[in-house]
Amino acid sequence: MLDLQKIRADFPILHQQVNGKPLVYLDNGATSQKPRAVIDALVRYYERDNSNVHRGLHALSMRATDAYEGARARVAKFIHAADPAEIIFTRGTTESINLVARSWGHAHLKPGDVVLTTEIEHHSNLVPWQQAARASGATLKYVPVLGADAEGGLDLAALDTLLTPQVKLFAFTHISNTLGTVNPIAELCRRARAVGAVTVIDAAQSIGHAPFDVQSLGADFVAFSGHKMCGPTGIGVLYGRRALLDKLAPDETGGGMVSNVTYEGARWKPAPERFEAGTPNVADAIALGVACDYLDTVGRDKIAAHDAVLAQLAMEKLSTLPGIRLIGPRPGAERSGLVSFSFAEVHAHDIVTFADEDGLALRGGHHCNQPLMRKLGLTGTTRASFYLYNTEEEIDLLVASLRRTLKFFVGS
Amino acid sequence: MSADLTELYQQVILDHNRRPRNRGKLPTANRVAHGDNPTCGDQCSVYLRVVPDAPTTSDQPARIAEISFDGSGCAISQASASLMTTQVKGKTAEEVAALYKDFHHIVTTGQATEEISDLAAFAGVHAFPARIKCATLGWHATIEALKSDPLATPTTTETHLD
Repeated sequence: MLDLQKIRADFPILHQQVNGKPLVYLDNGATSQKPRAVIDALVRYYERDNSNVHRGLHALSMRATDAYEGARARVAKFIHAADPAEIIFTRGTTESINLVARSWGHAHLKPGDVVLTTEIEHHSNLVPWQQAARASGATLKYVPVLGADAEGGLDLAALDTLLTPQVKLFAFTHISNTLGTVNPIAELCRRARAVGAVTVIDAAQSIGHAPFDVQSLGADFVAFSGHKMCGPTGIGVLYGRRALLDKLAPDETGGGMVSNVTYEGARWKPAPERFEAGTPNVADAIALGVACDYLDTVGRDKIAAHDAVLAQLAMEKLSTLPGIRLIGPRPGAERSGLVSFSFAEVHAHDIVTFADEDGLALRGGHHCNQPLMRKLGLTGTTRASFYLYNTEEEIDLLVASLRRTLKFFVGS
Repeated sequence: MSADLTELYQQVILDHNRRPRNRGKLPTANRVAHGDNPTCGDQCSVYLRVVPDAPTTSDQPARIAEISFDGSGCAISQASASLMTTQVKGKTAEEVAALYKDFHHIVTTGQATEEISDLAAFAGVHAFPARIKCATLGWHATIEALKSDPLATPTTTETHLD
């Protein structure tokens, strides 16, 4: 059990009123709030250590470099990577996936190859593969999702026919940001390995919510963002298995990633520097390391359990609302800490505006998942996504707000 | 319910949302445009029959003879598109542009002049800046449709603006 009073005290932003009501922040799938320790790390860095890294020989530069490389080692430990050199700092999940799609895709994909992904991916794990397939002449295929409300998860039986030796890369999300579906990533990695396909896991929704071990999964690439795991915006990570990174050409070139430059050409540094051209996002990387500390102190296994309790409670209470269509796993089935739903008579945007008046932060829309929305016959859903500081009382406030909105639009 | 919210969801808006006017494809349309609101997935297609269809002369400017809209979205976007179709019929591109300017003023400032009639119902939008795009989606599609090339065969093709 989490000590919610203590945890909530760690997050300054939660203690405010919105539209005259106490803030109920249920948009953690979009971004999480930041604990005081992370905010303080940013201030401390800029007040005391700010300097460029890997370049200067002066005290501040050495301090900044130590802290930056310390953050890399901290993130490696957070996901149980074998080597800090397997951690590349990026702007976020999107940039991480694009890096793989461009660098790895350019070097390895050719006509006749298949890139496999799933029907439930966020645009960030879909559009880069469309682009990579288009550029290389490879074919992009999708693992279907089962059920009229996508309640059945991925069609794992279809994998037998889809996962052929032609599949060179299999990209899939750990947790669906729209459905709350938890994919069986260990099984997906194992089956991809069996046909020699490289795996790319979008861990944006999961990394700060549950323990994650890249080595036991045998994952090749893992992408995630700092801002969804109590860290700052603008910093993210691409984990790549060392053997793959060593053979990979850089996507961006310039300063910081070269070991020797002549007028004729340049030699690249080894990973991770090879993939971090220009001055990196030092401050936010350091603060991300502090976010790792924070989450591990609380305990990601406890956070996962807390998310699951809230999600199941929300599913149970929401199912009593007239006309609600619940999307994703059915009540009682495994799901991550988010719920997604729609009403035939009230658009998600109107719901979100009414909820905002009650101090609730919800997300309404297609959740960067337009093909899935189309498949489900929806223009959008309303989503409530939970994190370690959310309470059971907040779910009651959500349901009460939805009841008021329904009464206004439908009269019931 | 707060005063701002009551102001936003006026009776006129709820009525147009529940019973949209001029909704559906217009079989005789000779201009079409499609608008998307990428942040929320709202969509609006506008179909126009513009008369005369041929290049216009200064003494006989083209006017909207018929109009319809189709799409999906929140109450604000659907009601605004519906109301818009009732306001622009018979108007020239220039007159539509002038009316849109007034409408834009209403939704961004909350201030409406007397003669604006039903469009003033959207004054409450100004208190919700994130919703201004919803209110103007249908208008943008109409303005784009008026600028678009005539359709070879009525309503067989669409201009995608996204």
